[in-house]
Amino acid sequence: MSMTFWLPLIVLSSSLVTGLIIFVLPEERSRVRTMLNMAGATVKVAGVFLMAWGLLAHGIAYEVRFTMGLGFDFLLRVDLLSLAFVSLSSNLWFLTTLYAVGYLEGSENRSRFFGFFSLCVTASTGVALAGNLITFFIFYEFLTLVTYPLVVHKGTPQALAAGRTYLWYAMSVGAVLLVGVVWLQALAGPFDFVSGGVLHAMEHAPRQELTVIFALLIIGLSVKSALVPLHGWLPAAMVAPAPVSALLHAVAVVKAGAFGVLRVVLDVYGKDHAAALGLLTPLAVVVVATIIFGSLRALMQNDLKRRLAYSTVSQVSYIALGAVVLGPLATVGGLAHLVHQGIMKITLFFCAGILAESRGIHRIDQMDGVGRAMPLTMTLFTIASLGMIGVPPMAGFVSKWYLAQGGIQAGQDWVVAVLATSSLLNAAYFLPMLHAAWFKPLPFKPDPETLSRGIVHGRLEAPWTLLVPTLATALFSLAAGMFAGWEWSPLGVAEKIFAGRGSMP
Amino acid sequence: MTHMLWVVLLPFLGALCCLILRGRAVAGTGILFSLAVLAVCTNLLPGIWTQGQIRVELGGWAAPLGIGLHLDGLGTFFLLLTAIVGVLVGLYAAGFFAQDKKHNAMGRHFWPIWLLLWGGLNGVYLCSDVFNAYVLLEVTGLSAVGLTVLSKTTASLVAGLRYLLAAMFASLMYLLGVGLLYAACGQLDFVLLGQDMTQSPATLTAFGLMVFGLLVKTALLPFHFWLPPAHSSAPAPVSAILSALVVKASFFLLLRIWFTVFPALTGQAGSSPVLPPGLFLGLLGGLAVLWGSLQAVRQIRLKLLIAYSTVGQLGYLFLIFALLSVSHGAGGGPSGATDWTAMAWTGTVFHVFSHGLAKAALFLAAGCLALAMGTDDLNAMRNIAGRMPVITFTLAMAGVSLMGLPPSAGFVAKWMLLRAALASGQWWWAVVIILGGLLTAAYVFKILAYTFVPSQDETVPLRPVPPAMTLTALALALLCAVSGFRAEEVIALLPHGLDGSPLSAQGGSP
Repeated sequence: MSMTFWLPLIVLSSSLVTGLIIFVLPEERSRVRTMLNMAGATVKVAGVFLMAWGLLAHGIAYEVRFTMGLGFDFLLRVDLLSLAFVSLSSNLWFLTTLYAVGYLEGSENRSRFFGFFSLCVTASTGVALAGNLITFFIFYEFLTLVTYPLVVHKGTPQALAAGRTYLWYAMSVGAVLLVGVVWLQALAGPFDFVSGGVLHAMEHAPRQELTVIFALLIIGLSVKSALVPLHGWLPAAMVAPAPVSALLHAVAVVKAGAFGVLRVVLDVYGKDHAAALGLLTPLAVVVVATIIFGSLRALMQNDLKRRLAYSTVSQVSYIALGAVVLGPLATVGGLAHLVHQGIMKITLFFCAGILAESRGIHRIDQMDGVGRAMPLTMTLFTIASLGMIGVPPMAGFVSKWYLAQGGIQAGQDWVVAVLATSSLLNAAYFLPMLHAAWFKPLPFKPDPETLSRGIVHGRLEAPWTLLVPTLATALFSLAAGMFAGWEWSPLGVAEKIFAGRGSMP
Repeated sequence: MTHMLWVVLLPFLGALCCLILRGRAVAGTGILFSLAVLAVCTNLLPGIWTQGQIRVELGGWAAPLGIGLHLDGLGTFFLLLTAIVGVLVGLYAAGFFAQDKKHNAMGRHFWPIWLLLWGGLNGVYLCSDVFNAYVLLEVTGLSAVGLTVLSKTTASLVAGLRYLLAAMFASLMYLLGVGLLYAACGQLDFVLLGQDMTQSPATLTAFGLMVFGLLVKTALLPFHFWLPPAHSSAPAPVSAILSALVVKASFFLLLRIWFTVFPALTGQAGSSPVLPPGLFLGLLGGLAVLWGSLQAVRQIRLKLLIAYSTVGQLGYLFLIFALLSVSHGAGGGPSGATDWTAMAWTGTVFHVFSHGLAKAALFLAAGCLALAMGTDDLNAMRNIAGRMPVITFTLAMAGVSLMGLPPSAGFVAKWMLLRAALASGQWWWAVVIILGGLLTAAYVFKILAYTFVPSQDETVPLRPVPPAMTLTALALALLCAVSGFRAEEVIALLPHGLDGSPLSAQGGSP
């Protein structure tokens, strides 16, 4: 009882408590703040590893449940799916925090920043661990609230405008999600997430209502998962500092949305039941449109971060694709991509942050020859880009391969066409950047003023706090592809999740 | 059980003491009495928990002759809300009125009038007949006006006069209704009246007059004109009291009149005219939600914004009349019909509670900001999030509750109301609730966005704010968030003795 009850709470509160303490910490106590942050992150990572070990090796069910008296329970539960997401977010939080410490060195309002940063991770941990739709909703909305201060962190008019856009998107659609959740509960009573879905057991449930509720839920999730046409906030939110972008794209917000789609399709409706209700086809259309549209828009951007943002719009929908393609291998591919996309995209944003901070490079036409000046950064950037394109044996290839296999399995050959098109487009917007960086000459010496604005560092091309996390995530993404066959690689875990779905409590 | 009397007597005694005393002793005595009232109120809880309701006949005379005190689960909620907000606002006021000489003078008057008001409020929640309710409502109204004009600025005097006229008019209407009712039925006790209520022109008119008077006092949409100027021009602690507590008293009485005295007219069994009265109130409430929130979005003065937000948030309370006016057979789905009546009740009472805490927190925070910046103009806010993090946090927490987002008491309220609306098949109220929530988000984030505007070099330094003020505002906001987590205990109190309401027939907790 004791550990199975306390461990999820410890994992959840390690970042919550850290965040709350940091809020009251004076601005200048940066050393204490960093220590606290790293300690919180370490506790979280350790807790997640313990839970993973307990669940996978001993089959211990971690569960925290208490009743709210509102007709539902507040339920945190660790299953394989939540484990995949929570281990991704806890490890990346650790690295992103390290990166952010270096990135924001000497800037204003760091207490506020790191406080909300921790709360943001708390929210995404809660999203991962939520054992039913209402608990999920609670953390999902909490996530909206705590990311807002991060988006507007700079306080400039652009930042405030981006924050307003983000809020309008997230809040209005959050209301739709709430209606869906309440309605579903009025219809089906309280229920927990069960792999394979809950609703197929309800024969009397009217088809029409289930369809409308599905639409409400998916619309409610589509802003955070950046499905077209509700993706508009994501490129706008690029005004935020680089660690925030990394967090939004790889760790918290977008992932929470995609994760929610997985939960609704797999654990609430059940893939087969959803297909039987005819719900997956419209969703598939939206997902495919998002994949293609995102890539096309990425192609048109000159701003580096905006290009990466549109790339996220496209890539995150692979996860949802895994949920709508019927073949079981596609589900595995989608689940693996949840992790793969996270580590690759965070590497790219880390690199973009380093480029912006140390060389003032914000646009793609400024990237000429930068590979010679910053070989390490650009090598890492290249690894992640190739992964995104899906060059074997990178991580992205593995997910695409499984998605395509799943499509063929289910006789949905269009999936292959979509993936091929998308990969081509990915190549079309990533390769020119790599070409420019490695093969074009440095146009001129960057003026000393730009250089001096960058961070003063020794012989390294950037401070180690920025380089080490980037190196780590790049190596992760390399390893995830190279050792995909290993039992505990993201793919291996995804396969386990899939295989274990039937037998899980 | 006689200590129930102290709930009313203590504040009045305190008011007397504060009137006699001079200097620093006033605030100290006031706080002491506030704490005593809180203690007495909490002391009543176990009794309500086990017995459901308590009734005391003063002087040993039973209902038709004597005056009785009657407390049930519903009344306990209002009592507790008043006591919690009252104590915290009192602590805040001690700091607020100590800031300079001008405020010192205000503080001398604040304490006796506020304690008088508190006694009136407690009396309303305890009284058992319509006439005593009138007397106590009048005490409440007059002392509220007294508090409004405390600062003696022109704006507050004008607003106070308007408030006075509206309140007097409203209580006159109510009194007229009481007179008619007495002539027709020959008694005044809530429960006895409800038991043999018949439909006749006289009782119908009485019903109309009493409800009308109470609507004006609760500032439902077309009658809200007096509220924003009065609530925004009063000193911060007074605004908190007015918005969080005073308007709730007349709402409480309205619930009593509606569901206990006139179930024959308002219940499902009653006649169904073209537009059922409950639906009409619900419509006005819905309009108030939208209109009040829209007006709030348009304001650029913080206190006026919060005052308009009160107009909007009060609208939610009136949805219960519409939700419960639909016949019980209409509910679809597996959840039974009585289930959603319980939800509607819980949602409404929780909304009273959460709005009381959140709104008090907002006004107190606004008071801190006004003290620090010297104005409550939103445009004057510069990097408040960086320089006054606790206040920003308070604003945000209270705002989250108003929006009805988790984790907060406001979420519980909205969740329950939404479920009641959907389960009873009245989805259009769900639309109103959702739209209201979005508009609320619009004005809350309007405030928060201003706090993030970075400071220029020539920023005026902020005046220091006593920690007692910041911390009490924070405490209110935190309470609001925390009570969203432990909704169960709060809800468990509710089903007891909502006599006359459809809930009491049901018994157990939902």
